[in-house]
Amino acid sequence: MSIVIEHLNYIYMSGGPYETHALHDVSLTIEDGEFVGLIGHTGSGKSTLVQHLNGLIMPASGRVLVDGMDLSDKQTDRRAIRQKVGLVFQYPENQLFEETVEKDIAFGPKNLGLNEAEIDRRVRDAMRRVALDYDALHDRSVFELSGGQMRRVAIAGVLAMEPRVLVLDEPCAGLDPRGREEILGLIRDLHREAGTTVVMVSHSMDDVASLAERVIVMNHGEVVMDGTPRDVFACGEELRGMGLDVPQAAQLAQKLRERGFGIPQGIYRIEEIRAEIARIAAQGGRHA
Amino acid sequence: MLKDITLGQYFPGHSPIHRMDPRMKLILTIAYIVGVFMVSNLPGYALALAFLYLVVRLSGIRFAYLLKGVKPLRFIILFTFVLNLLFTEGETVLFSLGFFTLTAEALESATFFALRLVFLVMGTSVLTLTTSPVQLTDGLERLMRPLQRFHFPAHELAMMMTIALRFIPTLLEETDKIQKAQMARGADFESGNLLARAKAMIPLLVPLFVSAFRRANDLAMAMEARCYRGGDHRTRLRELRYTRLDAIGALATAAFIAVVVLEGRLLG
Repeated sequence: MSIVIEHLNYIYMSGGPYETHALHDVSLTIEDGEFVGLIGHTGSGKSTLVQHLNGLIMPASGRVLVDGMDLSDKQTDRRAIRQKVGLVFQYPENQLFEETVEKDIAFGPKNLGLNEAEIDRRVRDAMRRVALDYDALHDRSVFELSGGQMRRVAIAGVLAMEPRVLVLDEPCAGLDPRGREEILGLIRDLHREAGTTVVMVSHSMDDVASLAERVIVMNHGEVVMDGTPRDVFACGEELRGMGLDVPQAAQLAQKLRERGFGIPQGIYRIEEIRAEIARIAAQGGRHA
Repeated sequence: MLKDITLGQYFPGHSPIHRMDPRMKLILTIAYIVGVFMVSNLPGYALALAFLYLVVRLSGIRFAYLLKGVKPLRFIILFTFVLNLLFTEGETVLFSLGFFTLTAEALESATFFALRLVFLVMGTSVLTLTTSPVQLTDGLERLMRPLQRFHFPAHELAMMMTIALRFIPTLLEETDKIQKAQMARGADFESGNLLARAKAMIPLLVPLFVSAFRRANDLAMAMEARCYRGGDHRTRLRELRYTRLDAIGALATAAFIAVVVLEGRLLG
């Protein structure tokens, strides 16, 4: 199931004094099973773009096709689209409202009109995927949980819709390092085990580097780069010019190169730079 | 939907009307409304319209924009008009159908009531469009200050208004975000009967209240951290001062009221 975006434009507060052109002629295709990292500084149009993917906002011009269905078409069933494309907003724990964890996660499946047994199965399954213990937590109040647990409940609420595509807007924002690791781990597992297509919006180049197979860079409402992490993170100057940066491993590789160490180009992962440093250390330090 | 709310909207500018003292603007708005309510014939309303038009022209706001502000109230105005039409007693019968009789007096009184409402809304709109919320509450606080002698919490009231106004856009944005998040989980806010729609609001209202209380708590803490302890001994960054503009405005409004009263006497 692919998502095709054709010449998408979006304008906020059209016609008013505060009109802003948020998206400018964006065209891209997200294939089934991909893991896409979407990066760009604040106000680059990332969040606006992801809200188009399940029809929460409608294009000013251009088309978005999910599984061949045009989202602007009045005939298209919005709820079916929102079931296929799950969207986890920034700080999703702010949307929790039910009395218990179980009821909150069941909100989405209930809206889909599923029967009790199926809802129960999905709640248990979603909780397992986000590593929350069903027996211990299902009847607890969502407001008694820790920040990281609340975030996972909110993600489970979207996973319970069993979407084919999962879109996450800054899923790790405001979490401590351990919470961040846990969230990234569950996204990785979801992609690898369930084969879910993932689009992850992030400010953290390291998060994107550790997970994404494809990186899309946005600037001023336009897609400016689109390629493998290796190709995109090789353009350090351009990224810095847009208020972004490269992953720490790539920064370290660059610094070592400047000091005269023979580190090959295109390194952006922690494991790669670790291997390179080990290789150089084994050779006995600085080479000619 | 939420973006269409223009209540209390402020149009930044540097016109003479913008530069007037908020206290004077508040007083003159009230005076103008009192003046409009003293009008008792059509030429008087023409005068009130001319005066309002002059003020709006001076402020640099498009008159059409002001009329747009009346639009949401059209049903209330229509309702008042119809009620007055039906229940005003009169002798000069214009039209009669069964138990319903339309009299000239009823038509006159209904028209005047509707016009008064329109002028009330437009007059206060000029005030809110040309005065920033901060200035407005500042002006209110100063006007209410004499009442503090009778333990009237003027400063607290003004501070509450300032905070409420400050958070309207924030909470609107928050509402929009939560609504979208629930829609992403298949929630439906647009269809169903009244009960279904009211129930659909729960997933929206609970998170909104939670976040509003959290914000209130944070704000209270931040204010205390900056040693806020109410209005006593507080000095201000911008002292309010009456200028020549205010004198001109006061004279013009006084002249308007005088003409309205005289004209009412002359024409009956």
